[in-house]
Amino acid sequence: MSEQTAGLSSMAEPQARLAVTQGIDRTPGAAKPDPILEVDNIVRKFGGITAVDVGHLEVQRGIITALIGPNGAGKTTFFNLITGFDRPTSARSGAHWSFDGRKLDKTSASSVALAGMVRTFQLTKALNRMTVMDNMMLGGRDQKGENLLFGPFWPAWRKQEKEIEDRATGLLQRFKLLEKRNDYAGSLSGGQRKLLEMARALMSDPKMIMLDEPMAGVNPALTQSLLGHIQSLRDEGMTVLFVEHDMHMVRHISDWVVVMAEGKVISEGRSDEVMADRAVIDAYLGAHHDTDLGDDDLLKDDSAMEQLSDEAAAEEQDKA
Amino acid sequence: MTTNATEPGESNAEEESIAVDTSEKQGKHPVLYAVLIALGITVFLLVAVELAGGNSVLIINGMLREAISPQTAAVAVAVIGLNVHFGYTGLLNFGQAGFMLLGAYGFAISLSRGLPLPLAILVGLAAALVFALVLGAPTLQLRGDYLAIVTISAAEIIRYTGRLAKLQDFTGAAQGLAGSTYRGAFTSLSFLPGGGVTWDPLGWVAGKVGLGNVGLSLSYQATGVNGWWVRLVAWALVGLFTAGIYLLFRSPWGRLLRGIREDEDAIRSLGKNVFAVKMQSLIIGGLLGALGGMIYVLPSSVQPDAMGRSLTFFMWTALLLGGAASIFGPVLGAILFFALRILIKGSAGALIPDSIMNTQNTEAFSWIVIGASLMLIVIFRPQGILGDKRELRFSV
Repeated sequence: MSEQTAGLSSMAEPQARLAVTQGIDRTPGAAKPDPILEVDNIVRKFGGITAVDVGHLEVQRGIITALIGPNGAGKTTFFNLITGFDRPTSARSGAHWSFDGRKLDKTSASSVALAGMVRTFQLTKALNRMTVMDNMMLGGRDQKGENLLFGPFWPAWRKQEKEIEDRATGLLQRFKLLEKRNDYAGSLSGGQRKLLEMARALMSDPKMIMLDEPMAGVNPALTQSLLGHIQSLRDEGMTVLFVEHDMHMVRHISDWVVVMAEGKVISEGRSDEVMADRAVIDAYLGAHHDTDLGDDDLLKDDSAMEQLSDEAAAEEQDKA
Repeated sequence: MTTNATEPGESNAEEESIAVDTSEKQGKHPVLYAVLIALGITVFLLVAVELAGGNSVLIINGMLREAISPQTAAVAVAVIGLNVHFGYTGLLNFGQAGFMLLGAYGFAISLSRGLPLPLAILVGLAAALVFALVLGAPTLQLRGDYLAIVTISAAEIIRYTGRLAKLQDFTGAAQGLAGSTYRGAFTSLSFLPGGGVTWDPLGWVAGKVGLGNVGLSLSYQATGVNGWWVRLVAWALVGLFTAGIYLLFRSPWGRLLRGIREDEDAIRSLGKNVFAVKMQSLIIGGLLGALGGMIYVLPSSVQPDAMGRSLTFFMWTALLLGGAASIFGPVLGAILFFALRILIKGSAGALIPDSIMNTQNTEAFSWIVIGASLMLIVIFRPQGILGDKRELRFSV
C-alpha cells in the first residue's frame, strides 16, 4: 500500500467528500464525477425470479459507498455478479461493466481481483486450517514462488517472500492480529476472522475493496475498530463499497448510499438524504428507523412509547 | 465444513501450549506413539505365535521382505502422487491405479517394441499427462465429488480397454505382458554383479555379530529379475520424489495448494487461477502414479487386473494410515500397510487352526482387517500417523 506511508488522499477531508457528493444528482443511476466502477444492464434471473436488474450504476472513486436494502433485495447477488463469482443472465444481451477503465464483461473472478477489485464474503472465508500468517501470505500478488517452475527453487522466491511477509506483518499489526500470526485461523473468533479476511484482501493492494456485510456477527467493541479501519482505508485513497444492514453504521461512515429493493436500485444519495426519502422508508427502513429499539430508555419512558403509538395511529388515519 | 478447529478445550489448550514452533512438535510425538503401538502389537502377536507353536521368525522375515519389496516402493511413489492430489489439494482421485496402469502400459509396450529406455519412460509419462488433462478439463471446475466419480470410472475404462482381446498384440489382453519382453533394457543398466550372484545382507550381519543362523535372511540376486538392483533403484526414486515433494510443498506453490484445499472461492477472490493450479496438481500426482506403475511392473509383469480398483483403495489406506498432507506419510504408510498385512496373515495362519481358517481364508482375513482398519483410521485418527490433526480432517 503505497498510500499507507505516503499520507492521506484528498478524500480524507469531510468537506472534500461533501463537495464531491453534493454535485451528484439524486436520481438512481446518477453520473458521478470520477466513477471507478460503471455497471450497465446487469440482469440475473433465477428461474422466473429476477434477483438483480440494475440498469445503470456508477461508484465514485475514493469514497465509501454503502449498498443497502431489505433482505432479498439482490445486494449479495449483485456483488457476486460484478466480482465474477456469478454470470449475469444478460451476459450476451448487453450486460457491461467496467472497473477503472477496464472492461470486465467476461472475466473470471480471479482476473477481477487482479484488476484491483477485491472482495470479502458474507460468510467469512478465512482458511481455517491454515495459520493466520499463511492466510495473509496467500493474498500477495504476482508471487514467483506460486509458479510451479520456480516453486522448488527457493532462491528464486526467497526475497519476494520476505517482502510479502513484511507487508503481512504490517497489516496484521494494524488489524491487531499480530500475536495470532502462528495460530490456525479456525481458532480465531468470528470478528477476528472478519478482520483477517479484510487484511488478506488488502494484501493484494486493491484499488477498491468490496465488503459483504462486514459487521455481521461482530461484537460492538470490534465494530468500532472495524469502522475505524474502513474509514482509514478511505482516507488513504481506497474506494470502499460495502453491503450492510446496520443503519447506524451506514449513517456513521458512508459518504454515499445506494438503496436496492427487489433487484433494482431505487434511490441514491448521501445517507441523511436517503433516509429521508419516502421511497426508501416505504421499501426498507420503516417509519421508525430512527428509533433504537434496543434502547432501554424507550421502555422506561412512557412518553416515548405514547409518542410511538400516536404516530402509528396517525399513520393509520393517513391510510384510511 | 470447518467449524472443528474452534471446538473449545482441546484445540485452544493445544494452541497455547505450543504457541511458537508448532510444526516440529506435531511431527515427533505421533511417530513415537505409532511406532510404540506397532511394536507392541507386533511383539504381542509374535509371542502369541511362538507360544502357539508357529514360527515367528518366518513372519518377521516375511514382513521385512515385503517392507523392502520394489512393489512396495512402487506403491509408495504412487501414494506420494495421491498425497499431492488429496493431501495437499483436496482432489478426490479414486483412479490412481489407472494412472499406474497407463504408465506401465506406455513403458512396457514401448520397450517391447524396441524403443530406448528414456523414451519408453517418456511415453508412459505422456500417457498419464494426457489422461490427467482429459479427466481434469471437464471436472476441475465442478465440485470435488465429480472428479471422484470420473476418475474411478476412467481407471476402470483403462483396465477394460487393456483387457480387450482385439488389443492382444499391444497389451497382451487379459494375460498381460510378460516381464521378459521389456525388462532387459532396465537390467542391463545395472552396475551390480550379474550372473546369479546372490547377496544376503541380513545373514551377513548376523554372521558378523556372531548370532549364527537365526533364520532371518534377505537373500536376493544382485541383479536378477527381482533382485537388489530393482530394489535399489525403486527406493532411490522414492527418496528422490519425497525430497522433490518436500521442496514443492514448502514453496508458495504448496501454500496455494493448501489454500485451494481449504476454500477455492477465497483463493479465487485473491486473484489466483485456481483451475490452472488444480490441473498442475492433478498432472504432477498423475505422473508420479505413472512412474509408480513403471516400477511396479519391473520385477513382475503387466497385469491389468493387478492395477484395478483394489490397488487404488490399498493406496488410499496407505495414505490415510501414514498421514495425508505429510511429507513422509505416504512412504511410511505404504511400508506399514504391506508389512502389517503379512503380520496379520502370518499370525492368523499360525494361531488359528486350519480347520477354522485355512491358508486361503487367512489371505482373505488379512484384507478384511485392512478394510476395517481403514474405517477405524478415518473415524478415530483422520490425520493418520504423521499428519497434523488441526490441518487435516477428512471433510470433503
